[in-house]
Amino acid sequence: MKTICLYFEMHQIIHLKRYRFFDIGRDHYYYDDYENERSITDIADRSYIPALNTLIDMARENGKFFKVAISLSGVGLEQLELHAPQVIDLLQELNGTGCVEFLCEPYSHGLAALANEDCFREESMRMRDKIKELFGQTPKVFRNSSLIYSDEIGAQVAAMGFKGMLTEGAKHILGWKSPHFIYNCALNPNLKLLLRDYKLSDDISLRFNNSEWEEYPLFADTYMNWIAQLPEEEQVINIFMELSALGIFQPLSSNILEFLRALPACAKERGITFSTPTELCTKGKSVGALEVPYNVSWVDEERDTSCWLGNCMQREAFNKLYSIADRVRICTDRRIKQDWDYLQASNNFRFMTTKPASVGLNRGIYDNPYDAFTNYMNILGDFINRVNTLYPADIDNEELNSLLTTIKNQGEEIEKKDKEIEKLQRQLEKLKPAEKATPAKKAPAKAEPKPKAEPKPKAAPAAKAAPAEKKAPAKKAPAKAEPKPKAAPAAKAAPAEKKAPAKKATPKKK
Amino acid sequence: MKVLMFGWEFPPKIYGGLAVASYGITKGLSLQNDMETIFCLPKPCGEEERFLKIVGMNQVPIVYRGHDYNYVKSRIPDYMTPEDYYNYRDHIYADFSYMNVNDMGCMEFAGGYPGNLHDEINNFSIIAGVVARAEQFDIIHAHDWLTYPAGVHAKLVSGKPLCIHVHATDFDRSRGKVNPTVYSIEKNGMDHADCIMCVSELTRRTVINEYHQDPSKVFAMHNAVYPLSQDLQDLPRPDHSKEKVVTFLGRITMQKGPEYFVEAANMVLQRTRNIRFCMAGSGDMLDAMINLVAERGIADRFHFPGFMRGKQVYECYKDSDVFVMPSVSEPFGIAPLEAMQCGTPSIISKQSGCGEILTNVIKTDYWDIHAMADAIYAICTYPSLFKYLQEEGLKEVNEITWEKVGQRIRRLYDQTIEKYYR
Repeated sequence: MKTICLYFEMHQIIHLKRYRFFDIGRDHYYYDDYENERSITDIADRSYIPALNTLIDMARENGKFFKVAISLSGVGLEQLELHAPQVIDLLQELNGTGCVEFLCEPYSHGLAALANEDCFREESMRMRDKIKELFGQTPKVFRNSSLIYSDEIGAQVAAMGFKGMLTEGAKHILGWKSPHFIYNCALNPNLKLLLRDYKLSDDISLRFNNSEWEEYPLFADTYMNWIAQLPEEEQVINIFMELSALGIFQPLSSNILEFLRALPACAKERGITFSTPTELCTKGKSVGALEVPYNVSWVDEERDTSCWLGNCMQREAFNKLYSIADRVRICTDRRIKQDWDYLQASNNFRFMTTKPASVGLNRGIYDNPYDAFTNYMNILGDFINRVNTLYPADIDNEELNSLLTTIKNQGEEIEKKDKEIEKLQRQLEKLKPAEKATPAKKAPAKAEPKPKAEPKPKAAPAAKAAPAEKKAPAKKAPAKAEPKPKAAPAAKAAPAEKKAPAKKATPKKK
Repeated sequence: MKVLMFGWEFPPKIYGGLAVASYGITKGLSLQNDMETIFCLPKPCGEEERFLKIVGMNQVPIVYRGHDYNYVKSRIPDYMTPEDYYNYRDHIYADFSYMNVNDMGCMEFAGGYPGNLHDEINNFSIIAGVVARAEQFDIIHAHDWLTYPAGVHAKLVSGKPLCIHVHATDFDRSRGKVNPTVYSIEKNGMDHADCIMCVSELTRRTVINEYHQDPSKVFAMHNAVYPLSQDLQDLPRPDHSKEKVVTFLGRITMQKGPEYFVEAANMVLQRTRNIRFCMAGSGDMLDAMINLVAERGIADRFHFPGFMRGKQVYECYKDSDVFVMPSVSEPFGIAPLEAMQCGTPSIISKQSGCGEILTNVIKTDYWDIHAMADAIYAICTYPSLFKYLQEEGLKEVNEITWEKVGQRIRRLYDQTIEKYYR
């Protein structure tokens, strides 16, 4: 029995404003509020709202027969929350029908997967939590920004605990193979791969309203006939596209929503079902490993990363951005973290492409790739300066890394010691109940948020200072624990890594 | 096909872009086997290349003198023959003995752009009448307004179609304050022309809107550049890893927008100190610019090396990291193409005609000094942008050749002739 996996992606970037180099160091706000509000409301009105309403209707009309998957980027979600919360309400409503599965993707819609594994992991996990919080589902299937995939990315995603991943059924990786099967990652057989059928997907998202196309006008029953006529053994048809294809790329006047609405009924007649990615990944069996040594994506005819990293400007911007990835990851400044998300969005790199006419490329406020590059680099210059004031630039990444590892190890040590303290205190309590039990308890309680593993804001500097503080009480009498929490914020004021080991000594002297 | 061409400048004597363009166009045309060009110049210096027939207007008699063959041979330069002289002498069409002629019956020209330019233009057109009667040709091609009267005269005499080539209009030169005499000469030339070639779409629009020409006879014919000779290519690019150099090169005059360059330099220097600015050339606004630089207090980083010629120009390009052409109105502007040939990225104003055929340059509005400063800073600061513009710019500019321009001009000639006799 054939089954259709229908998936929509929702992502809009936070537009950057015109930022001249004189602004570097003077202005730390990088965004074009007007353009952001305008573009997101426009897309919501013309595309997201009507499209989601149709999906809700389809879910209601067809009961559990119709299924759809949706993923959102974190930055897109923030935009919606800010300027078009009604879209979130519709998503909730759709979620209520039980027909929708939410997938996970990198929060920033960036290219971290190509540059920094830790960042990639961190933001993916953050997105997973956000989806959980919003919709009560824990995503089990992953889709990378623009379906970028390679064997290594697959292995990373598998290590994060996802069961499946969506990617492009690009001709050059499939060769003679068909995208209508489930494959698995070459480096980790537990990660299933669902491959986009670019022909059937693009028929809707790219060609639907093209009157010069020979199949124009396309009707739902013709479309379902194409699927029904596929060879018997080809059972999984993955139709992935951006949600804005419905309404923006293909105008609503083309009746694309009516087409969509008719799909379930036509499918039913032909014995074709709908499935969610998770169903396919858990129930379906892989027919074999798919080797993808180089990155593929769903963009352009090349289906590779050349539209973001094709020219040397893009590569410089990319390398500069991710050169500070580790520093940003360990920092605790909320605004830096937020800017980091927005600056990573892959669209920023796409604006700089010099490839001849790629499909649907809108350069936003920029005239040309150089303009886009200059503006982005100015902003990045300011951003890097801000990050470097947190961590002096003269410490190179390796040194910083080793210092961070020291801190991390110390954090773990502290955790261990805290547990020890607790144990000892409990013993102490047993020995001398009543007396100093209360103040002693406070110290471990405060110590808990310290462990480096969870990147809680402000946790890192605290942790830095903390090792010394905590060790001291551990060695001395637990009774002395009380004044130390107060010392911690003071130490935080000068959060230079170099001093971390030194600090260990100072509190001891107290 | 034979073309009678009128020009005012021709290499090796170069006053401005007109000479370069005239050379390129004739050279491009000469690559076609069946093309012959007669090029009329007021005062050739005798060292012109010989791929075309040069006619020195100062060697064409307009008053009959009965010199014998040997005397004529001894008097006229070697790019013309005594037969030419006698041929022209046979076609004198009126009595010009009242004019100021020499013992050969010819008029002298000062050459270039002297004070009595209007007289010279007039004389040039009188002589053109003789040449047009004496020579056989299929079409007339006149370069720039100085030769339009000659072209019109030749057309009226011969009945052959006239193409005029607009290298600039007075609207570009004067920022809108047009000289009525010049305008009337330009307008008259255009009215008589059967085909108007403009060096850019920008100029084409000026011609249509300001000179009220029929759009169907006005065409954009972009200029090109000649590949650099080997010794120019071999000029070294000095190492600028410590300090960058940003260059303006051209006449320092209102049309070229030098003050915008100074203001942009000022903005850049407010933020960084490792960039030097250089304004090469001379012109009526040079003193004003020196004052402005001093007023802004950036004279320690802003240099005026003066007028450059020949090889110096290319040395200057090669010694720069950014070339800026902030022209207020530039019909074409060949300089950025030359800079790109030398591997120097260019920033040009959107009001420059060459921008229509270039993509690997940064374009800003001439008045937008913020954008210009930003672009200067970016090229000096981000090596990848410099490298991209350098490499891709070189590739791009190598594709813009006079040979292709020659072919396009040829097609226009054919079209014009066909239309003319229909």
